[in-house]
Amino acid sequence: MTLIVKYFGMTAEASGKGEEELLEHYSTIRELKEALLVMYPKLKNINFKIAANQTLVNNDFDLIGNEEVALLPPFSGG
Amino acid sequence: MKLNDQEKHRYSRHILLKRVGLKGQEKLKAAKVLVIGAGGLGCPVLQYLTAAGVGTIGIIDFDRVDATNLQRQILYTVSDIGQNKAVTAKNRLTQLNPHVNFDVYPEKLTTKNAIEVFSNYDLIVDGTDNFSTRYLVNDACVITNKPLVYGAIYKFEGQVSVFNYKGGPTYRCLFPEPPKPESVPSCSDVGVLGVLPGLIGTQQANEVIKIILDIGEPLSGKLLTYDSLNNSFLTLSVNRAEEEVQKVLSNSDDFKNIDYDFFCGVTSENKLKEISLEELRKMFEDNVDFQLVDVREAWEQPRVEKKNVLKAPLNQLDNFVAKIAKNKKVVVVCQHGIRSRSAIGQLETVYNFDNLFNLKEGIENW
Repeated sequence: MTLIVKYFGMTAEASGKGEEELLEHYSTIRELKEALLVMYPKLKNINFKIAANQTLVNNDFDLIGNEEVALLPPFSGG
Repeated sequence: MKLNDQEKHRYSRHILLKRVGLKGQEKLKAAKVLVIGAGGLGCPVLQYLTAAGVGTIGIIDFDRVDATNLQRQILYTVSDIGQNKAVTAKNRLTQLNPHVNFDVYPEKLTTKNAIEVFSNYDLIVDGTDNFSTRYLVNDACVITNKPLVYGAIYKFEGQVSVFNYKGGPTYRCLFPEPPKPESVPSCSDVGVLGVLPGLIGTQQANEVIKIILDIGEPLSGKLLTYDSLNNSFLTLSVNRAEEEVQKVLSNSDDFKNIDYDFFCGVTSENKLKEISLEELRKMFEDNVDFQLVDVREAWEQPRVEKKNVLKAPLNQLDNFVAKIAKNKKVVVVCQHGIRSRSAIGQLETVYNFDNLFNLKEGIENW
C-alpha cells in the first residue's frame, strides 16, 4: 500500500517537494507527523493541519495506509 | 428592493439567468457586504460585487496606495499613490456603478470598532494580510453571527472558504492556533504572483453572490485550495469544532479588550531578542565582538561593508548555517526586520541557535 503525501505552501518548501509516495506504514496521523518531522526538520517551524482523503483530521486519526494525505499551513497574505 | 429601468437594463444578463432573475437582482440590491482590506484580494472582490449590483458595500482599509501594490491591486493607478485605499477604491468603483452605496472606513479595524461596524452588514469578506486581523475578523463574525467569506494567498497558492454560515465551521475550527509570526512570511517579504489574488478574490466574490442569492452550494464546511503553478484545485472537508466556537462566544463580553497582536505573538512578549539600528551602530563603534548576518539578496541596498559580515540570503540560509557563530552575539538583518525574524525562527527551531538578535527596523536606513 502506498500513502500519498501532498505538501502545500511552506510545507512544500520545507520538504522540497509538492507530493510524494511513502511506502512505510504509519498507523496514525501522529506517527506520520513524527516521521515527517524527522525527514524534514524544517517542518518543526511551521503550523499545519492534515487532511486524509480530503477531510481534515486530528492526530488520533487511524491510517490504513492507502490514503491521500495533505499538509495545509495557514496563509496570511491578502 | 425594487430596481429602476436603468438598473434593469444594466443587470439584464443577470436577470436573464433563471436562478438570478429580477428577484435575485433585487436581493443583490438589498444586500449589505463589508469588505475588509482593499488590497490584492479586496480589489477584485470589490470590482465584481460593485459590477454585480450589491446595494451597499462597506470598504475598510487604513493603508495607502504604494507603487509596489500596482502589480496586483488593479483598482489603483499611478496617480493614486499615497492616497488612502478605501477612499480611492470608492471613487473608482462609483464610476463603475453609481447605483451602489459605499460606506468608507479609512481606518484600522480594531476590537473597538469591529462589532459596531459588522452589525451594519449581512456578510463579511476577509481580504486582510495578517493573522491578528484574520482572528479578529473571525471572532467578530462569530459574535455578531455574520457569514465570513475567507480568502488567503501565499506566493503561488491560495485558499478560499465560507465560515460561520448556517452553523458551519469557523476559521478557528480550521486553524485553532495562530502560527508563530516568524513562520509565515507575508507578500511583502516573499512576493506573490500578481494574478493570484485576482483568481482567489473572484472566487470570494462568487461565494458572496451565491450566499446572497441563496443558490448553489457555498464553500461552507469546505476549504478550497488552489495552486496556480499547475492550475489545480483541491476541496477538503472541514468540520465545526464546537468548543472553538464556544470559546469565542464565552469571551464575547471581553472582546473589546482582547489583544489580537499578543494572541498571534506579534508583540514583544514573545522570545524574540531585538536591537535597534542605533544600538547596532554603537556595537560597531565600540568594536564589540559580534557577527552580522545579512539575509537579503545580493542586489539589495544599502550594503554593510564591515568585517564579520556574513551574507546569507534567506532562501539559501541552510548552506550558511556552519558559518554562523554560536559562541557570540549574532545580529540578523534584512531590509525591514521581517525576513530576519523568519531567519531567526528557522535557525532557532531547526538548528538550536540561542544567540541571535533581530535588527528591529531593518538595515534600510543604514
